[in-house]
This record gives sequence, structure tokens and C-alpha cells, in this order.
Amino acid sequence: MMYDTGKIVAGIIIFLAIFSVPFWYSQVTGDAEEVPNLDPALESLKAEGKQCVESVDYMRAKHMDLLNTWRDDVVRGADREYVSEEYGVTYDKSLTDTCLEQCHTNKSDFCDQCHTYVNVEPGCWECHNIVGE
Amino acid sequence: MSTLFGVILPYAAIAIFILGILYKVVKWGRSAVPFRIPTTCAQAETLPWIKRKPHEKLDNPSNNLAMVGRMLLEVLIFRSLWRNTRAEIKADKQKLIYSGSKFLWLFGLLFHWSLLVILIRHCRLFFEPVPWILDVVENIDGMFEIVIPTLYLTDIIILLAVTYLFFRRVVFSQMRYISLLADYFALLLIGGVAVTGVCLRIFFHTDVEAVKELAMSVLRFSPEVPEQSISWLFYLHLAMVCTLLAYFPFSKLMHAAGIFFSPTRNMANTNRVKRHVNPWDYPVKVHPYHEYEEEFHDKMEQAGLPLEKE
Repeated sequence: MMYDTGKIVAGIIIFLAIFSVPFWYSQVTGDAEEVPNLDPALESLKAEGKQCVESVDYMRAKHMDLLNTWRDDVVRGADREYVSEEYGVTYDKSLTDTCLEQCHTNKSDFCDQCHTYVNVEPGCWECHNIVGE
Repeated sequence: MSTLFGVILPYAAIAIFILGILYKVVKWGRSAVPFRIPTTCAQAETLPWIKRKPHEKLDNPSNNLAMVGRMLLEVLIFRSLWRNTRAEIKADKQKLIYSGSKFLWLFGLLFHWSLLVILIRHCRLFFEPVPWILDVVENIDGMFEIVIPTLYLTDIIILLAVTYLFFRRVVFSQMRYISLLADYFALLLIGGVAVTGVCLRIFFHTDVEAVKELAMSVLRFSPEVPEQSISWLFYLHLAMVCTLLAYFPFSKLMHAAGIFFSPTRNMANTNRVKRHVNPWDYPVKVHPYHEYEEEFHDKMEQAGLPLEKE
């Protein structure tokens, strides 16, 4: 036997309703299985025989750290040369000239795919021009 | 290993969390409800010429609407913690002095609100597409744009608050005396979650996109561990969150639900305004004087005792 059953059941329903939102929200919007699709962009780069400055796993997790270090090195130390730790190749430390111009020319097919998915808004684009925009 | 920590543990923790909370709430619901507790603060509603100020009506509500107001004050701004006092003997005055102590209220409030904002921010990993309201919360929380990626204010606040709440129990001798393992454990666990979370955010980045893929697959009940590698620090963070979820229903953390079951908070003080009949009263067999005199009339008369009825 419960006392104040109506109120307690109402409380439980409110709790379950709030807690269950993440479980059904994306089903309702229909995007539950949506994942970023980098394949077209990466396939065409591979076909051209290109590789990134570091390994893909490293870039996926830490590209913002790399770009951040590049920015500090260039702006504060006038140091423009980056030697890849993975491949030993030398690159120009430049988001626009190296990353965007040479490979990732289409922001919406590449950068935006994951940024939109995990809802991050990098400040990069406030200064760096996007090729073709 | 990733399946254990990324899939099995979260499912188990969520199941224990929900079932545990239901079990506790139903169990509490079955225990007897006490009589309305009149010893709340402020003037109770009584004679019409005793006037009450609005805050007194909230502190000592006499109807359900005002009671809901008191509950909201308690849940949202911890009204009763504002009354927290500290008793100490001042060496120079040689007497016991009670003084207000608002630090527990302040840091408790900062801690809980930060926790809520952090929880809301994490929803970006559980919602697709991400609702705009999360952008608003994130932008306000990260308004100072210190370092890249932005350091959140609530991250700093929760670390400060949890540190205070921990050292409060360690430094003050009276607090240390009444603190138990469970008190330290809850604080250290939440502190551990916060520290690993801040580390993941600021210092040791992992593949967030893979994290969201994992989270979304768990939420749609078709779990797949993504091919991309996710760091052990993330799994540590997640394991501590799972521990917290599973520990929640069986610990002091259940105050989240318990607050709604507090008789001093959830019952309007109508002790004087309404007549309350004891619910377990039964018809008592009484023997009033006039019946007694009737029964023993003759004997009393013989003994010369005064009688009301001749």
C-alpha cells in the first residue's frame, strides 16, 4: 500500500519522461543512425595519392591541438616549418595554405561533417578563408 | 575491453539507476506519513488578526500552492541551507556563539547548478540533431573563450565547489567527526568524474566524434563500438559516471528524490486552521459520571455520598 499514490506516480512519470528523452529524441527526428560521412572526401584524396601531415587516428582526435600549436609557433615564434612526426615530411604551418588549399578544399564535405555532428563551432573560420566561398 | 566499458557497463548502470530509484521511491511511498510537522520556520496561519508577510506564507505554508512554492525554493535555491548555523566558543568572549554560516549554502548551490549545466551540455553527445538550446547554454558557459577549446565556467566552479565540500569535512573537526566513508566516496567520485572530464576537454583530447557514435548506438539499443580508437581516459571517465549512476539509488545521493518526500517540506502547515482527526482513532468505550452515578446510585446513597441526582 502506498500513501499519496497519485502524486508519487506523477513524480515517477515526470522522472522517466525526462530521463528517457535521449533514448527517443533522435528516433523522432529520424537522425538516430546519422553519422558523419568523410568517405567521399577521403577516397578522392587517397586516389590522388595524398596523405595527411600525421596519422589519421592522431588527426581525428587532436587536429585542434596541432593547429593550436601551429598558430602559436607562427604568430609568436615566426616558426613556419613543421616536420611530421609520423612521416618525417616537412610542411608549411598554415591552415589555409597547407590544409585547406592542398587537400580539404570543401569545408562542408570534410570539416563540417564532424563539427556539426558533435556540435562544435571552431573559431578558425572567423579569419581563415574557405576556398571557393 | 571497449565493449565492456563502452556498452555493457553503461547499460547495467542505467538499468540499476532506474530500477533502484523506482524501488526506493515505492519503498518510501509505503511508509507511514506523519502528522503535519508544525515546527517549521515563520508564523503559522492562525487567528485572522495575526498578519503574515509573503515570505512567512512561503516558509510556513498553509495551503498546497504555497507548499509548492516552499518546495521550489528548497529545490532551486536550497532555502533551508540558508539557515545553516555554526556553533563555536570564542576564546576571547568565553561563551558559545551561534553564527550564520553561508558557505555550505553557497558552494552547495554552485555545485548543484554546475552539475545541471554540465549534464545539459553533455546532451550534445546524446541528441541528433543537436537542439539550439544547447548552443545557448554552451555559449553562455564558455563566454570568456579562454584557451582552445573553450574552458567552461561551470567546469571551474564545480572543481572549486567539490574541493570546498571535501575539505569542509576534512578541516573542521566537528565535520570530520560525523563524516563517514559514504560522504567522502560520493564527493571523490563526482570529483573524479569532473577531473577526468576537464582533462578530456582541455588536455588529453580523444576522438569526440567516435564517442558520439558510441553514445548514439547505445541510445538506439544497437550498440557498436566504433572502429576509431577512443582513449582509456574517456573509458575511465565513463566508468566513473556508470559507478555514480549505479551507486546513486542506494546512497545519500537519493536526496534528489528524497527532498520531495520530506514531511517538513511537502506538507502544508494546517494544524491550526483545519481540524485533523487522528486517522487510527477507534470508538472508545467510555463511562461518563452520570452513568456511573446511575449504576451505583443506591450504594452511594447508603454510604452517604453526595449525589447530583436525588
